[in-house]
Amino acid sequence: MLAQIEGSQAVAESVVLCRPEVIAAYPISPQTHIVERLSRMVKHGDVGRCQYLNVESEFAALSVLIGASATGARTYTATTSQGLLFMAEAVYNAAGLGLPIVMTIANRAVGAPINIWNDHSDSMALRDAGWVQLYAETNQEAADLHIQAFRLAEELSCPVMVCMDGYILTHAYEAVDMPAQSLVDAFLPPYSPVQVLDPKAPISIGAMVGPEAFTEVKYLAHHQYLRALALIPEVAGAFAQQFQRLSGGLCSPYRMEGASIAVVALGSVIGTIKEAIDELRLDGIAVGCVKIGCYRPFPMVQLRGTLEGVTRVIVVEKDLAVGMGGIVSADVRMALQGLPIPIHTVIAGLGGRSIPKSSLKQMVQDARAERLSEPHFLDLNRTVIDNELMRRRDQRQAGPMAEQVIRAVNAIGTKVV
Amino acid sequence: MNRKPFAITLDPNSSLANHTGNWRTMKPVYVDRLPPCNQACPAGENIQAWLYHAEEGAYEEAWRRLIEDNPMPAIHGRVCYHPCETACNRGQLDEAVSIRAVERFLGDQAILHGWQVPCAPPTGKRVLIVGAGPSGLSAAYHLTRMGHAVTIHEAAAKVGGMMRYGIPAYRLPRNIVEAEVARIEAMGVTIRLNTRVEDLDATIKTGGFHATFLAVGAHLARRIDIPGVDAKRMLDAATFLSRMESPFPYKLGRRVAVYGGGNTAIDVARTAERLGAEPVIIYRRDAVQAPAFKEEVAEAAEEGVRFHWLRAITKADHDKLTVEVMEMDEQGKPKPTGRFETIEADTVILALGQKADTGFLRNIQGIRVSDDGTIEVDECMMTGHPGLFAGGDMVPGEQSVSMATGHGKRAARHIDAYLRGTLYVKPPVHPLATFDRLNGWYYTDAEQSKQPILALARRRATFEEMVGGLDAGTALLEARRCLSCGNCFECDNCYAVCPDNAVIKLGAGNRFAFNYDYCKGCGLCAEECPCGAIDMVKDLK
Amino acid sequence: MPEQRIKFYQTGTYTAGNRLLNEEARTVQSRMDRTNSLNSGHRACQGCGEALGARYAVDAAMRAAHDRLIAVNATGCLEVFSSPYPESAWQIPWMHSVFGNAPAVASGVAAALRAKGREDVKVIAQGGDGATVDIGFGCLSGMFERNDDVLYLCYDNEAYMNTGIQRSGATPPFARTNTTQAVGETPGNLPSTGKNLPRIAMAHGIPYVATASVADLHDLEAKVTRAMAVQGARYLHIHVPCPLGWGSDPAHTIKVARMAVESGLFPLFEAQFGTVVDRMPIRHKVSVEQYLELQDRFKHLFGPPRNTDAIAAIQAIADANIATYGLTA
Repeated sequence: MLAQIEGSQAVAESVVLCRPEVIAAYPISPQTHIVERLSRMVKHGDVGRCQYLNVESEFAALSVLIGASATGARTYTATTSQGLLFMAEAVYNAAGLGLPIVMTIANRAVGAPINIWNDHSDSMALRDAGWVQLYAETNQEAADLHIQAFRLAEELSCPVMVCMDGYILTHAYEAVDMPAQSLVDAFLPPYSPVQVLDPKAPISIGAMVGPEAFTEVKYLAHHQYLRALALIPEVAGAFAQQFQRLSGGLCSPYRMEGASIAVVALGSVIGTIKEAIDELRLDGIAVGCVKIGCYRPFPMVQLRGTLEGVTRVIVVEKDLAVGMGGIVSADVRMALQGLPIPIHTVIAGLGGRSIPKSSLKQMVQDARAERLSEPHFLDLNRTVIDNELMRRRDQRQAGPMAEQVIRAVNAIGTKVV
Repeated sequence: MNRKPFAITLDPNSSLANHTGNWRTMKPVYVDRLPPCNQACPAGENIQAWLYHAEEGAYEEAWRRLIEDNPMPAIHGRVCYHPCETACNRGQLDEAVSIRAVERFLGDQAILHGWQVPCAPPTGKRVLIVGAGPSGLSAAYHLTRMGHAVTIHEAAAKVGGMMRYGIPAYRLPRNIVEAEVARIEAMGVTIRLNTRVEDLDATIKTGGFHATFLAVGAHLARRIDIPGVDAKRMLDAATFLSRMESPFPYKLGRRVAVYGGGNTAIDVARTAERLGAEPVIIYRRDAVQAPAFKEEVAEAAEEGVRFHWLRAITKADHDKLTVEVMEMDEQGKPKPTGRFETIEADTVILALGQKADTGFLRNIQGIRVSDDGTIEVDECMMTGHPGLFAGGDMVPGEQSVSMATGHGKRAARHIDAYLRGTLYVKPPVHPLATFDRLNGWYYTDAEQSKQPILALARRRATFEEMVGGLDAGTALLEARRCLSCGNCFECDNCYAVCPDNAVIKLGAGNRFAFNYDYCKGCGLCAEECPCGAIDMVKDLK
Repeated sequence: MPEQRIKFYQTGTYTAGNRLLNEEARTVQSRMDRTNSLNSGHRACQGCGEALGARYAVDAAMRAAHDRLIAVNATGCLEVFSSPYPESAWQIPWMHSVFGNAPAVASGVAAALRAKGREDVKVIAQGGDGATVDIGFGCLSGMFERNDDVLYLCYDNEAYMNTGIQRSGATPPFARTNTTQAVGETPGNLPSTGKNLPRIAMAHGIPYVATASVADLHDLEAKVTRAMAVQGARYLHIHVPCPLGWGSDPAHTIKVARMAVESGLFPLFEAQFGTVVDRMPIRHKVSVEQYLELQDRFKHLFGPPRNTDAIAAIQAIADANIATYGLTA
């Protein structure tokens, strides 16, 4: 049923359709609308015997789910940014124990400076924790990915993060087609755990493993994790069949036919990129884009297959590996290893800075003209930077860099945001 | 479940593959130690063992365990001077277990319910016992249980020896003596009263006895000469006390002086008190040195007996005694001071000890009689004459009912071995269960149960039994005060406190075993064993 | 008394078992069919108080729960010595996640059971003092205030033992640890530091809070049993000496714990909904020296020169406990 609905509400309703049994969450912007909605529905009795726990931290939220999942419950939480980092230890632990928890990341920048707006710094920080990471382009996809995520998680015995851009998706009202419960039930069977805490058949979960077997444990985890690369398209296909709609998958090309330039990105920015590509195509520039729908495990082979015909790749990413550059682009580079394709890293949209279509078009032009620095920071305010750098040359000043930048910005009367 | 994740998830209980026992350098072992009460018991009772049954209220079982060693618990429960209680470790915690009171309770239960003693099939061997006192009766009892045919020759008109003729009835009612002797007789022991053995050889030959046990006691009073005393007014304690059993007791004067400081002197004075006299006790040493039990001295004083300590009688006039005041020298011996006093007395009773009348043995080959009249015996209680054994007050050593009863048991074992042509080998004795080996924390604080005492007025005027028995409830609680020193009583502490579950509980009555596969040798079990029944020893692997 | 004392003179009251008592009145630990939830072959040190306390408590909980129990464990000695691959010493469903989240994991287990309509299965969480009073404190407080249906068992050995004896918020004043060494102006742990978690637990107003000691098995089991009969968040703080960390003889583990109780340094009490409702009186009062002298971690107090001020300060703590809880009455 098509509804004009806020992204967060769509996700919440989608999660409810999956019949979760335990939800635990700690509020953090911009995840709040999801969990508020869920808590209301649970309290209202719309979610069966589902338990909703108002916990004291994100660390507790995921820890609650670790216990619940090990007891055989279907579990869900949502968080973002600082919250995700605060639960980091449990994030690794859930993956290590093979617990099929589904977690929404309402992607947001990580401080300091504190910033509540969107980028991918948070989920990128935990990309190697052993969770499957799916990135939604639209609210429809965000809603759909949750249904797929539970099936994936439970088939793989592996936790799944569904990443959706904070505010841009979570707070945006769009038309979303909410599927019928019966269809979801048919798509997603009840959770049947591979191991469960059960007095009738006791086991010890979470043993200490020493050097004699730790490598093997990790190898097996890696091996299991890579199965997702086969399973994700399968699940996306099954989803399409059941719901008559394409959602998810490893990576999705857009206008890549005959493209010599490919823009690679994750999440909602794909929408703007598509529009920019449409206009650039009208200008006769052979450009297409590839959406990475599953970032972990990284679809190395599939991406290489999609990109190997182009002459230039621009990776637009909402994160920064400080002192190194791109995170996604490093992975893309690995995927295209040995191919003579220049790969540009474009850092964009940090801390919620908008990514205008015009900037993206300019970026493509600059790339063609070899005018992109490496990495390239989209729409960087050079004046601020130059002033600050000049001031630093004059005086060594202690203190947080952020404050000094703001001071510098104010000094020249320019607004950052 | 083979779907379980490798290594991260483990099967329950799989740690049993890890034998932590190889960490150990010391290991615990269960031991049995000799409880101090048992060690101290002259009758050789296993007190801790019979208390164990009594704690359950299993009185008959307790009694049966008791009479394996001592056939006369009702008597001992009244007159034993209970060295067991002096030795009792509980005395260092609060107060000793009132073992004697429980023993008396069990003995009285046996009389009440008429419990009888089974005997082994007859062996065809005949044993003569001379004397039906505690030692003779004890030997008769044990030998009869073993299947031998016993005949006792007793010179007196009634059985009991010193139990009847030496101990006053207010301490040991005669019906108790009779009941316990009757039970022994019922086993098949023949007792010939009024049968003094004059010619031992002839008696043995005529009776066809294969062995003989002499237990004639010590009935001859030691006497001293006191100048001026007239024979009519001076008598000895043994004679006085034994005449109490005849229809014609002595007629005493009003002022009776008892000379001596032992238990017999007290018995005599208290008997005199009950006969209406005003007894005084005169003793050469002080109260501390007097061999009488302090408790009895105190009881006598309560009843009105007066004491003149550090006084020696030097002469007697017709109704008074001249006594010299003594003082203790550095060696702790009394020495005369040259100062004299007079004490009014119309009767003097000497309580200076007794010796055996062993004249009838002078001509027996191999018998050695000491200067004091006692008969020398070897470690098997046998005299120098083969097949002739002796015990009780007539052999050297402490003179008491309990000691005599113990002699009877020991003699019986050796006589039995002699009759079988073997040697009785005493089982090895466990090392002592000392107080420092106990963990006192586990025992509840509990005061000794007190026995009821007859009202003073009746104590002074009658021969009714002075001390009453415990009732069943009190006897049970008193038995439960036993610490079970050095012997496992299955409190489950070792089983509980082992952090490695390395103690195996074998079930009621079967105690415990160590599982050395897992025991790390920490020693907690030994430390927390209340009764000290676990030793830690070097583990030589 | 937190527990009905039996009037048996010999040993019935304080020893684990007694043949004179009926089966039901004996401790769980005296039973042949006790669960041995934590079984042999674990790698705890000789005389480990925590291994003992854990088996005491969990076996009692198992009995109270009719063997339908799930245990969650924080990282720490208990976790490491009980479950190193390839061997687990647990005979019950057991789970370890991380150091600081055991209460939350247990909340999750309880929530899952509720969601599945399996309220017949009970949940316990267990951790050492580090996991409880320090790193897991936030999760513990959350579990408390939500009144989640979990019994949390803290095995308090008063420092981080698993990592090699470092100070925790439960380390007592003047105790030497490897991060509060016996050097400098105030050797050992600083006085007037640390926290009293049972009191903090009480401040949450949860239905049941109690302290227990491996030195008093009857009391400990009675408290576990009572706690298991209560719905909601429950907290039991169990004093478990660590021979390695305390520098005490492994054979003295229970003795040391007993001295802590008998000196008043570790008061045994019970609280309901934030109010102390009962306490275990001291049987045979001892001075704090008798407790301290058994442990090398306090050796520096006995000199030379003897630190009389410090010993007096510790005695004052014991005296204050005795007064606060009425331990001599």
